Amino acid sequence: MGSQGGFGQSKEFLDLIKSIGEARSKAEEDRIVLHEIETLKRRIIEPDIPKRKMKEYIIRLVYIEMLGHDAAFGYIHAVKMTHDDSLLLKRTGYLAVTLFLNEDHDLIILIVNTIQKDLKSDNFLVVCAALNAVCRLINEETIPAVLPQVVELLGHSKEAVRKKAVMALHRFYQRSPSSVSHLVSNFRKRLCDNDPGVMGATLCPLFDLVSVDVSSYKDLVVSFVSILKQVAERRLPKAYDYHQMPAPFIQIKLLKILALLGNGDKQASGQMYTVVGDIMRKADTTSNIGNAILYECICCVSSIFPNTKLLEAAADAISKFLKSDSHNLKYMGIDALGRLIKISPDIAEQHQLAVIDCLEDPDDTLKRKTFELLYKMTKSSNVEVIVDRMIEYMININDNHYKTDIASRCVELAEQFAPSNHWFIQTMNKVFEHAGDLVNIKVAHNLMRLIAEGFGEDDDTADSQLRSSAVDSYLRIIGEPKLPSAFLQVICWVLGEYGTADGKYSASYITGKLCDVAEAHSTDDTVKAYAVTALMKIYSLEIAAGRQVDMLPECQSLIEDLCASSSTDLQQRAYELQAIIRLDAQALENILPLDASCEDIEVDKGLSFLNSYVQQSLENGAQPYIPESARSGVLNMSNLRSHDQQETSGHALRFEAYELPKPTMPTSRPATIMPSTELVPVPEPSYTREIHQTPAVPSISHSGSAELKLRLDGVQKKWGKPTYSSPVQSTSNSDFQKTVNGAAQPDATGSTKQKARDVSHDIKKQEVEIPSEKQRLAASLFGGVSRSEKRQTAAGNRGAPKANSGATESPHMTKVATSSEPSTVKTAPVQPPPDLLDFGESTATSDAPSTDPFKQLEGLVDVTQDGSAANSGSVATKASDFMSLYSERPGNVPSNLIDPSIDVNMSSGLLNASNNFDHGAGVVAQSPQSANKGPNLKDALQKDALVRQMGVTPTNQNPNLFRDLLG
Amino acid sequence: MIHFVLLISRQGKVRLTKWYSPYAQKERTKVVRELSGMILSRGPKLCNFVEWRGFKVVYKRYASLYFCMCVNQDDNELEILEIIHHFVEILDRYFGSVCELDLIFNFHKAYYILDEILIAGELQESSKKAVARLIAAQDALVEAAKEQANSVSYMISQATK
Repeated sequence: MGSQGGFGQSKEFLDLIKSIGEARSKAEEDRIVLHEIETLKRRIIEPDIPKRKMKEYIIRLVYIEMLGHDAAFGYIHAVKMTHDDSLLLKRTGYLAVTLFLNEDHDLIILIVNTIQKDLKSDNFLVVCAALNAVCRLINEETIPAVLPQVVELLGHSKEAVRKKAVMALHRFYQRSPSSVSHLVSNFRKRLCDNDPGVMGATLCPLFDLVSVDVSSYKDLVVSFVSILKQVAERRLPKAYDYHQMPAPFIQIKLLKILALLGNGDKQASGQMYTVVGDIMRKADTTSNIGNAILYECICCVSSIFPNTKLLEAAADAISKFLKSDSHNLKYMGIDALGRLIKISPDIAEQHQLAVIDCLEDPDDTLKRKTFELLYKMTKSSNVEVIVDRMIEYMININDNHYKTDIASRCVELAEQFAPSNHWFIQTMNKVFEHAGDLVNIKVAHNLMRLIAEGFGEDDDTADSQLRSSAVDSYLRIIGEPKLPSAFLQVICWVLGEYGTADGKYSASYITGKLCDVAEAHSTDDTVKAYAVTALMKIYSLEIAAGRQVDMLPECQSLIEDLCASSSTDLQQRAYELQAIIRLDAQALENILPLDASCEDIEVDKGLSFLNSYVQQSLENGAQPYIPESARSGVLNMSNLRSHDQQETSGHALRFEAYELPKPTMPTSRPATIMPSTELVPVPEPSYTREIHQTPAVPSISHSGSAELKLRLDGVQKKWGKPTYSSPVQSTSNSDFQKTVNGAAQPDATGSTKQKARDVSHDIKKQEVEIPSEKQRLAASLFGGVSRSEKRQTAAGNRGAPKANSGATESPHMTKVATSSEPSTVKTAPVQPPPDLLDFGESTATSDAPSTDPFKQLEGLVDVTQDGSAANSGSVATKASDFMSLYSERPGNVPSNLIDPSIDVNMSSGLLNASNNFDHGAGVVAQSPQSANKGPNLKDALQKDALVRQMGVTPTNQNPNLFRDLLG
Repeated sequence: MIHFVLLISRQGKVRLTKWYSPYAQKERTKVVRELSGMILSRGPKLCNFVEWRGFKVVYKRYASLYFCMCVNQDDNELEILEIIHHFVEILDRYFGSVCELDLIFNFHKAYYILDEILIAGELQESSKKAVARLIAAQDALVEAAKEQANSVSYMISQATK
């Protein structure tokens, strides 16, 4: 099957690839590609191009596109190629269009017809090619065109076709769940497919389905468990083994599904314990794939109903991960720890040093993962250290995406666990100062709300303390340059609301500062608006309090300027200010009362104050009002809206030929909704429209609702209360669902968002409560101060930074004192490991390849280097050649542009890999396989010769090109 | 779900790109540039994972080639590493000791192979044998088609002589 022979392309193309390969700069590469584009543009429109030539052009287009240039001019030719009868060309055509077109591209419509035809082909390879294209190109609009055929293919005789059909359906499900919701039973059926490949593929859609709706798949727990058991017991064909593990990819997928099904379900979980335990016991921790399975087991164990034995096994596995020298495993260990910690919070304790090590690691990825873990184990006792650390890290990174992330986490933690008002305000200031433009503006609003409402206790003095400390700190910060807009808005608002509240600062002082802000940020209208409104509040508060108000001259000029501002919003605010400060004290007290920002303003939606007026009008003979819905002949609003939707889908393209219409169709249609209803020649628009609408607005009674009920059964899921169910569906956490169900029914759909947030808040609380309980238990066992022991596990070792933050309450201080002592003792032994680590690293890198049986097959090189004479002598004789090849390479290196150190690393890695591999048995057994491939050196030389022969002289610039990827 | 697969050489040259989630051409170029900058500069002993725009990119270096796959936050990174390895092993079997040069000149074949392993961003086949069988069947058909074309053209050329 090897195709190492001729590359099969024209010299011209090979030259192109070669010249690109030799390009020394991106600019040069671009120049070459642009030239190529010009050539192709000219050539591709020539008449009567031979098909083989055309195929090459298409592949050249793919190449151009791959290098990041636009080959749109040739898309249509790729589309044409899919129409070709010969599979060779068709396949190229499909490959090109799947690479070129996104699913919203206009040209797709030209391919759908071909796809339809090809899905019916007798040749299963054509069907496979078409299904590949289906998975990539078919969008929501075109699903109905191919759906029936894809469903039919689920029963195809070739397993490759069945498998792809399953995946295509899965893709449809992802695109538009409603289009295939009546077909999900097919997935269940395919789960029992004879072919393990098809069964494995079916797990992908089932995973998605289960994660959306756990309860309707509980019955499959038994099946999944028994499949998993069979897989683990090596009942699948040998072909599915991977590195001596039985079908690991299928195992992982199954474990993922079980984790969902067992979440919060004691009974379902009970069925899983044995098999998961078996797998964990059997897992081979020396290979990467074994660890992948082990990790998935930990995820599963931490998700399903807790079982002590499994949790112990998981904790053991985690400690192995964390103790490993491989960064990858440490990373997984930290992640797994974060999962398990929710259930057994005390396991972090034994790993505190490892966690701290990871936090200090130069590897950014590992560091971030560790922050995630810290985020999960934050509690009121360690919040200060953790948030301080996070902020410190946040300041030093440039990655805006992550900065946003970590900033919002800081805010969340601070809001939940803040030990003191002062600290809270300080923390928020820091976050805003460094990432103010990145955090969601809602965070700013939250902060304002928090300052206004206080922390919820009925303690007014604490609240006013919070406010005055906020005012203090803001006045200190306000002068700094480059403050983010969101932060300035908060500052202005707080100063306006509470600037003069405690009498510490005079109104003129505050207003002066506000004017400065408005002037310093003259380009930011929002900040100016906040500043003006703040000014207005302060002045009116002053007047209301009966004090004389003298507007500062700069303030006056500011207002005058704003009256002529180009922003109407600012104008209005300025005029309002001018008008309002002329009013008397009494009126102002009503308009802008002191500290009333959290009081609800009641809006009388029923407009009851007009009742008497209406009554009067009626008495005078006016027509009574008829509610919109009761008016006949007029479509109500919701109807109109769904009508629009219907219009758009009604206008969707039809894919079936015109001959199809059968007059009896509409009446004989079965009660379940077929997606092809749209294709019915005489669609009755209101018919389907009502289906759209009835479940969503159940209160509306329609004449036909009774018969519609029948149809609804199948579609309940897709249309039922979309706003409410979607947040639930998006999470797999059943806790979440429970709280949603239990906490409160949504009173109005509009408030779901708010609710979702509240709920997530609740969850946080729950999670936190469990640890704190256990923690107290642990603390009492340890005989320490309550809550303090826990902190040692998490952050105690970082007592130093904490001590810096100083000014905390006394219990904190004592804790620091107690914890800092052990910490110094503990950190001492940490220092030596670096050496060990360094040694360990090299073995770690070779770890994975060493157990790779495949390499044993490939790598005759390895065998020779190993010199394990157990193998045939002929191979051994080649060893010397080989060594020379390898030893030559470093010699070449300096003359080339390659960084020698890396090269040496590479080859040493190779050596390592081969040294670790020590059994030749596999090689002998599989010798026909390896004979097929031939020795590496010969192979490489052959390739080299071939390339030279074709005129593509490799300029030795990159000998790496010839190095086998697998070593 | 895998959002895209990238093959980059150590010099930052693109060897293969496959996008399973929609990205506009401009966006693609940007993604490649951003990721190659990030990944190529990472030391050899660090994790094989990079967090990127809320996703995770799992990469592995084979000789001078970096194989990268972008996945969701909650995917199992070790599994993705093995999927990469699975792909490389199949390439190796197909090309016979695959090297970068094979992929440079036969990138379209690499695409065909990838299409048999991943579909719509999910692993569709974990048996190397099954993949090899399918690819071989396709190749056989292609060969047959070629022969036929040759013979027809031969006949035509004969006839028109």
